[in-house]
Amino acid sequence: MTRTFLTRNPSTLWFLLLLALFTLGVTLLAEGFGIGLIPTAFVKVLGKTLCLCLVALAMDLIWGYTGILSLGHMAFFALGGYMTGMWLMYARTEEIVVQALAGSPIPPTLEEVAQGVATQIFGVVGGSDLPMVWSFAYSAFLQLPLVLIVPGVLALIFGWLAFRARVNGVYLSILTQAMTLALALYLFQNDSGLRGNNGLSGLQNLPGLAEMPQSTLSILFFLASALLLAAGYLLLAWVSSGKFGSALRAIRDDEQRLRFLGYPVEGYKLFVFTLTAMVAAVAGAFYYPQAGIINPAELAPIASIYLAVWVAIGGRGRLYGAVIGAAVVSLLSSWFTGGMAPAIPLGFYTINWVDWWTVLLGLAFVLVTLFAPRGIGGLFDRLPSPRRHGAQLGPDDGALREKEADA
Amino acid sequence: MTPFAPARTTSLLEVSGVSVTFDGFRAINNLSFAIGPQELRAVIGPNGAGKTTFMDIVTGKTRPDEGTVTFGEVPRSLLRMSEAQIARAGVGRKFQRPTVFEDQSVSENLMLALKAARTPWRVLFWRETAKDRARVAELAAQVGLADHLPRKAGELSHGQKQWLEIAMLLAQEPRLLLVDEPAAGMSFLEREQTTALLVELAKTRAVVVVEHDMEFIRRLNCKVTVLHEGSVLAEGSLDHVTKNPQVIEVYLGR
Repeated sequence: MTRTFLTRNPSTLWFLLLLALFTLGVTLLAEGFGIGLIPTAFVKVLGKTLCLCLVALAMDLIWGYTGILSLGHMAFFALGGYMTGMWLMYARTEEIVVQALAGSPIPPTLEEVAQGVATQIFGVVGGSDLPMVWSFAYSAFLQLPLVLIVPGVLALIFGWLAFRARVNGVYLSILTQAMTLALALYLFQNDSGLRGNNGLSGLQNLPGLAEMPQSTLSILFFLASALLLAAGYLLLAWVSSGKFGSALRAIRDDEQRLRFLGYPVEGYKLFVFTLTAMVAAVAGAFYYPQAGIINPAELAPIASIYLAVWVAIGGRGRLYGAVIGAAVVSLLSSWFTGGMAPAIPLGFYTINWVDWWTVLLGLAFVLVTLFAPRGIGGLFDRLPSPRRHGAQLGPDDGALREKEADA
Repeated sequence: MTPFAPARTTSLLEVSGVSVTFDGFRAINNLSFAIGPQELRAVIGPNGAGKTTFMDIVTGKTRPDEGTVTFGEVPRSLLRMSEAQIARAGVGRKFQRPTVFEDQSVSENLMLALKAARTPWRVLFWRETAKDRARVAELAAQVGLADHLPRKAGELSHGQKQWLEIAMLLAQEPRLLLVDEPAAGMSFLEREQTTALLVELAKTRAVVVVEHDMEFIRRLNCKVTVLHEGSVLAEGSLDHVTKNPQVIEVYLGR
């Protein structure tokens, strides 16, 4: 075949090009290697935004393409963060403990170091022993694969139970909300082994790189996040193209029909649910070192709902739409809630954007749903909608609506 | 319920003693039905006779309360299989309303239906070959959609969607075809074509046609099964069953 993947998917090529330009621009303007026009704090915001774009891509594959409105994918994102966080925190604490014990007359034994690390990390929740779940945290080689394994296995078990029982539509959404809430409540407990509501902190310091300034580190993380987003985009563009993508869209619009064609629909859903959970987890694994801290509030059900809102505003069923939605909404969100947006004094009342931002976001969501169902991403292809007299594209809950589809 | 597993039989599909009750309403009542590997059969009956439920049972959508359903030369029970497994075993179904994937092109619809591996992993790494494209073009030509391959299925007319669905069925290469009211919404000419196609198909496989339209059935010129209140009321040639006084009373006489 002469036509390559990228020529068949021109939007992927455009996306990768724009991402490369953006990354280059930021690198040149930032402090780490460039002229220092962009402050380090903002580089971190941009790096985190790229990770959010990646999790939005995952959400688009599961919701926009497959029609499963999962409201629990931020739980996988946070779990990925916890998994890297454990290694980062352990390694960092170990360095401090070794340094502190270096002055003692007798060189410390390995047990003493491990005990010191445990006391340092768990003193805050009144413990001095390392819980079982931290068994691998001492080694990056053992701990980092858990970024994929733990959320992957959780998604596999949850998905297997839910899809096998043919839980669909709103019920599945509620079930995923229950999952993320249950996980959050569990992690809030001090004896969950992950420091309860204190969460994990100091994640911005990479072990062995204590000398490296945050300005350099932040741009390295930014570059890594950009690379990750590019890889994620390619992976999901590949998955959603061809016959597999066709089967996913068929599940979204009319899964029963696809069953009668002989496709094991539950297997497809499980595959996509687990794959997207793992993509979300990798995104989280790169997000939280840039945020520096993770706690169970990150698993709040609302986080996953925001994720759906980003994808809806960006335009579901288009990968670039998800990226645009996540980038625009999360950057606006940090602008408004970061106190940078000027308050509007009305005399009798002052509109403080920190309080009113969510109202604005809600309004934007309603407006997009009503007047631009294809989202911001849909503004780029300017294709007409099919004329279906209001009928959606299939009988299922997740099926595309008339105004979302292209003629 | 005794597991009834006959050795090699001459029928492709054998339904025996099947009953199903929905909320106290007995939709299928001790129904027995058999069809050979190369046979055309029409199933008629008044509304609520259990025609659609019968198809739902065979395709695995509805599980019967009792009875057996076996399929194949070496009979395998369909009752423990999922819809997808039954479809892969060789049972194809055409719905009353045309059901195609409206947001996808005609060729995408046909590619999905084309007989090939169905597991997620295999499909993920599946790439279309020139042979697949040729087969899709051939199927489209067979139902008069050759010029419409890149069009979205949702744009097609009602009749064209019916044809697309028939082409999808052919792409699956089923051994048993269940066709629910194929003539609905078709023009006179299209009905003629449909009849010819069904008769042709039944030379190589089993075809069960559920239909209301007596003229259409007459043209099929095949054995007819009359369903009433969930069981078989009469069976035989159209002339034979239309002379049956019970059939006249419950179905034709109205």
